[in-house]
Amino acid sequence: MSKEHIDEVSGVSTTGHEWDGIRELNNPLPRWWVWTFYATIVWAIGYMIFYPAWPLINSATTGVLGYSSRAEVRQELEAAESARGDYVAAVRASDVSEILADDNLRQFASAAGAAAFKVNCIQCHATGAQGSPGYPNLNDDDWLWGGDIEAIHQTIAHGVRFAGDDETRISEMPAFGDILEPDQIRQAAAYVVSLTGTPSNPDLAEAGATVFAENCAACHGDDAKGLKDFGAPSLADPIWLYGSTEAEIAAQIRAPKHGVMPAWQTRLGETTVKELAVYIHSLGGGE
Amino acid sequence: MLIKAAAAWAWEKPAKQASSECPPMNVTVKNPPSSEAVERLDAEAVNSAKIRQPLYAPRKKIFPKRASGSFRRFKWLIMAITLGIYYLTPWLRWDRGPHAPDQAVLIDLANRRFYFFFIEIWPQEFFYVAGLLVMAGIGLFLVTSTVGRAWCGYTCPQTVWVDLFLVVERAIEGDRNARIKLDAGPWTLDKVAKRVSKHAIWLAIAVATGGAWIFYFADAPSLLIDFATGNAAPIAYITVAVLTATTYTFGGLMREQVCTYMCPWPRIQAAMLDEHSLTVTYNDWRGEPRSRHAKKAAAAGDVVGDCVDCNACVAVCPMGIDIRDGQQLECITCALCIDACDSVMDKVGKERGLISYATLNDYNANMAIATAGGTTAIDPRWVRDGGKLSDRIAHFHLRKIFRPRTFIYLGIWTIVGLALLTALLSRDRLEVNVLHDRNPQFVTLSDGSIRNGYTVKLLNMIPEPRVIFVSIQGLPGAVMTANGIDQPEGRSLAIPVEPDKLRTLKFFVRQPARHVSRETQHFRFVVEDKASFETDEYKATFNAPEKRR
Repeated sequence: MSKEHIDEVSGVSTTGHEWDGIRELNNPLPRWWVWTFYATIVWAIGYMIFYPAWPLINSATTGVLGYSSRAEVRQELEAAESARGDYVAAVRASDVSEILADDNLRQFASAAGAAAFKVNCIQCHATGAQGSPGYPNLNDDDWLWGGDIEAIHQTIAHGVRFAGDDETRISEMPAFGDILEPDQIRQAAAYVVSLTGTPSNPDLAEAGATVFAENCAACHGDDAKGLKDFGAPSLADPIWLYGSTEAEIAAQIRAPKHGVMPAWQTRLGETTVKELAVYIHSLGGGE
Repeated sequence: MLIKAAAAWAWEKPAKQASSECPPMNVTVKNPPSSEAVERLDAEAVNSAKIRQPLYAPRKKIFPKRASGSFRRFKWLIMAITLGIYYLTPWLRWDRGPHAPDQAVLIDLANRRFYFFFIEIWPQEFFYVAGLLVMAGIGLFLVTSTVGRAWCGYTCPQTVWVDLFLVVERAIEGDRNARIKLDAGPWTLDKVAKRVSKHAIWLAIAVATGGAWIFYFADAPSLLIDFATGNAAPIAYITVAVLTATTYTFGGLMREQVCTYMCPWPRIQAAMLDEHSLTVTYNDWRGEPRSRHAKKAAAAGDVVGDCVDCNACVAVCPMGIDIRDGQQLECITCALCIDACDSVMDKVGKERGLISYATLNDYNANMAIATAGGTTAIDPRWVRDGGKLSDRIAHFHLRKIFRPRTFIYLGIWTIVGLALLTALLSRDRLEVNVLHDRNPQFVTLSDGSIRNGYTVKLLNMIPEPRVIFVSIQGLPGAVMTANGIDQPEGRSLAIPVEPDKLRTLKFFVRQPARHVSRETQHFRFVVEDKASFETDEYKATFNAPEKRR
């Protein structure tokens, strides 16, 4: 510290610094400011005693109050869990049709199902459940394995053609490329298209009716509206899993693709699967 | 601090130069000029070391004397009204039926509703409050441009509560002189007792002030019981504690310092005054030259004004100023000095109004008379005709309030008010909001028909249950269903909605393929309460896939 310098005009000591002949007066700080400053020091000491403060090697001092933000989060999660507890217990105890009948329970399950859907299902069925080629749209009323709540629940719980589940939905359309002549396949495809649209060649379609009746009607039905027991899709509607053109249909007859869906019961548990079923059912196509 | 230092340096420099250039006193200079030849200036250094004050002056205590008179009575009345409104409002009841609270004024934050007698406001209608604030702002312009800082002097909570705290102080410690004496005196048992009881009552008032505040936010009677039994929410206790602290500190301890140092309002209001605005004015054109011995001076032939220099105006001032120094920032225009001076004028047999509400224009006109157009010092004889105040003296008249500026403020204030009123009276109590599903935009069903999903929010904004009919208008052939509503597909669904609640439903609108005309069709959701004939509608779009060509 340099020698104390007193400003001649004001008689106040200066800070001892000088900038181009300008000195800074060392006036006292406002009293309220000083006391506030002291108060913050007292506060800081108190804080160090009561709250976690000093970092140690592996952790930090815990403080007298034992506060921890992690514990607080845990508490909040537990509180949220217990607040949901009644509903969760009710979902667990009820079967899906009962959940559907109870307005409050349905709304809870549907909201929970929506959340579970966003995590587990959108990868194939897309965020709006509208599906993509090969993965069915869950919004419409065309169901491969049935669209009532029980059927939806069964499909989600045990999956489709899923090797690890004994109760999984299973069916397999033969590869008609090995059975039928290429002409017959073209005829069958033309016939199927004629059910909902305009085939490229009406004569082909006419001939295809016979091919269909002999080879396809057993699973897809005489009216081609499908049979849900076999997961055989309706061919008489405008909804197509693997494409709606004649070429795409012919390809599917020749060497069918078969989708696989995992069984979710073992992965997500009973409650979540019920919630998912209720959510899917609420998308508009539920029967 | 640096700025101050620089300023100090600016003063310092000439002084230094002077000291270095002036020869020392004891040095003899050849052929000194005659000291008579140098003109002596009558000057005193403004910041000379002798009279310089420290930059940090401690507060000087103010002991306002009790005033009495018409303005004091008016202030008592305003105090009673404002405090009455503040304390009693939460206890007023207003029957709204079984589905809504019966508290007349209630800010129900938990349920996001604001109740004001017959008005109920939902959060999205909060613009009414913004409109009221606009009106309050313009109303303040109006009031300030006409009667000056009336807000400060009469209705500001700071003024009202300081007045209340002063009542307590006077009741316990006595009036001005007794208080000064007590303050200066030693800490006797009596002084301790008085101080303790004063602060205790102040604190009690402060607690009551903070306490009343929370009743606006919950049902007052049940909250009072909860509060007293320790069952109220922590936020209630925190709020009361904070408001107790601020009330006690501002009203009891800081008082005039809040107005002078903390409040921006005096600056804003003072900027809105003009020469037509009423301010509390010392009429020095009749008061000066002031004299304590008017009769003796008059007998000696001196000119004396009406001011007897009794300092009554100073003693009553809660801001600690002397109004005779002219209009100043600290003056809150509480008009207590007018009361004090009027009673003195009565006693000495002069006309009232030596201190009065006056406009700058009137004051200047009267001043011109008293100084013969500014050519002389004030001579109060000019303003008198045979002992009476001259007829030429300008007085305030109500019509002087009405001038273009006032009418503009009044006009804007009225327009905003009418707009708010119109909006309030014509507002919907039944509303519908629709959010069209974007993912997916449409769904093709197995019969080829197209379905769109809509999240429909029905707002039943009255505290009664209602059945709201939701119908489709336009969109030929379309029918709809709603999740959770067990009714057959149709163009109109009856939806029950709970009182004062919003109901969110998922609606599915389906249009058969043969009716689908374009990719985007417009239609309306119409909601109707068949009992009250209230309706609302929402323009929606219906999307369909691109047609294959």
